[in-house]
Amino acid sequence: MTDGVHQYGSQEADAYWSAVGEGRLILQRCNDCDVYQFYPRVFCLECGTKGVGWVPASGDATLHAFSIVHQAPSRDFVGDVPYVAAIVELAEGPRIPTRLAGVGPDPSEIEIGMALRLTFTEINGRPLPVFRRA
Amino acid sequence: MPNDAKLKLLSGSAEIVGVAESDEIGKVPHKSPLAHHAEAAINALDDAGLSLGDVDGLLTAGWSTLDVAEYLGVEPRFTDSTSVGGSSFVIHIAHAVAAIAAGYCEVAVITNGQAGRSDRAPIPRNAGAPMAQYENPYGIIGPPISYAMAASNYMHRYGEDRARQAFAEIAVSTRKWANLNPRAYFYDRPLTFDEYHESRWVAWPFHLVDCCLVTDAGAAVVITTPERARDARKGGVAVLGVAEGHDHSMVSQMNDLTSAFGTKTGPQAMGMAGVTHSDIDLAMIYDSFTYTVLVSLENLGFCGAGEGPELVADQRTAPGGAFPVNTSGGGLSYTHPGMYGIFTIIEAVRQLRGETGDRQLDRCEIALAHGTGGLLSSTGTAVLARAQS
Repeated sequence: MTDGVHQYGSQEADAYWSAVGEGRLILQRCNDCDVYQFYPRVFCLECGTKGVGWVPASGDATLHAFSIVHQAPSRDFVGDVPYVAAIVELAEGPRIPTRLAGVGPDPSEIEIGMALRLTFTEINGRPLPVFRRA
Repeated sequence: MPNDAKLKLLSGSAEIVGVAESDEIGKVPHKSPLAHHAEAAINALDDAGLSLGDVDGLLTAGWSTLDVAEYLGVEPRFTDSTSVGGSSFVIHIAHAVAAIAAGYCEVAVITNGQAGRSDRAPIPRNAGAPMAQYENPYGIIGPPISYAMAASNYMHRYGEDRARQAFAEIAVSTRKWANLNPRAYFYDRPLTFDEYHESRWVAWPFHLVDCCLVTDAGAAVVITTPERARDARKGGVAVLGVAEGHDHSMVSQMNDLTSAFGTKTGPQAMGMAGVTHSDIDLAMIYDSFTYTVLVSLENLGFCGAGEGPELVADQRTAPGGAFPVNTSGGGLSYTHPGMYGIFTIIEAVRQLRGETGDRQLDRCEIALAHGTGGLLSSTGTAVLARAQS
């Protein structure tokens, strides 16, 4: 593992990844203006208040962008290629980086805008939230 | 918000008097990044008829000016290590213009030096940054994947076949320019449309030849007052307009994957310069990927959103075409050591001076140089013209 997950030590990152470790995707929502945000921060991007809380994500999303990765970007991912990197738009509004699961590495099988559903898969030995066709 | 009236007063208030690469570019395993910085700085100062002893402003990216200044043996009175990706060096032009106008320095040197191909040290990453936290665990690492995802969104919106053809047109036309530049990495290697489509996938929708080179290279630009420029060996190239900014770091947090910050820096730089698109004879557009050129041209307003494929169709951007783009051969086919923006300035200056040999444009009075850095994150746009002497 060369990425910095769990080395950050900030309470908002730790809360996010602890939930992921339990198989849950959680999102921050502003206590004042109710706007959701990703990634977690110590304040609300929308209204600037420091009062943000956590809620479970619905798990519904649509595909915003993707790439079929053929050349591994680091040694950690050589065994994974080809894989589908993606940006998905959650039903709550925020967009998150992820991967698509259950689709072949073929652009004709993937359509931007398609409905997606949260699932979890292990990448480099860690369960991570990813998305499959709904 | 930028004060357009104040900025207009700075139009033409500083001039570029020297530009150069380091002695060897391409595969240069025996030279360190700092060696590339130093060779390029000395060469660019020589191009201007100046020397290291004249330098009182230093700007660089990737390295701290502490290291570069110590290596060069200069003691800058204006120092700027702004590092926001490959656009940084175009942004440094803005900072140098402001610093010279304010009186902080008189002879500023912008340097870049990277052993992108040969460096044995891995690229350091900040483990605490959101990118390391939230994108990298998925294998979303580095520019190709991020730009490829942005390109997929463009293809969905404006048509996959049209976008694919535009990518091919850009890759082929840029290679044609490189075939006219003896310093280009691919000087001796033509590229056909068939070869484009047969090129292996790196990250769909990008073939290998949609992606820029990774080379070893250095480059430097010398900028000074119009008064000092009168004594320069080759005269001055005036900075008519220049603008900078950024709106995200991670591509997943980019608001619109087809709209980078050039939508703001383009109009600002051109407004400061008092020019319109039809005045621009040469567009030097940072080509980290073919898509970067397509989306940048649209963002800068050379055509409307989604109209880029027509703008670059039928090799219009190639030698002999109506709309010359990236006449050096660009990051795709000339050189790209990791952060390429400074090379857009260098080629623009050389074309304006009329010293580019076989690839010299018949008419080049005004040039635009546009850098994109990070993951479509930051842009710097400069409008340059031969100074009235």
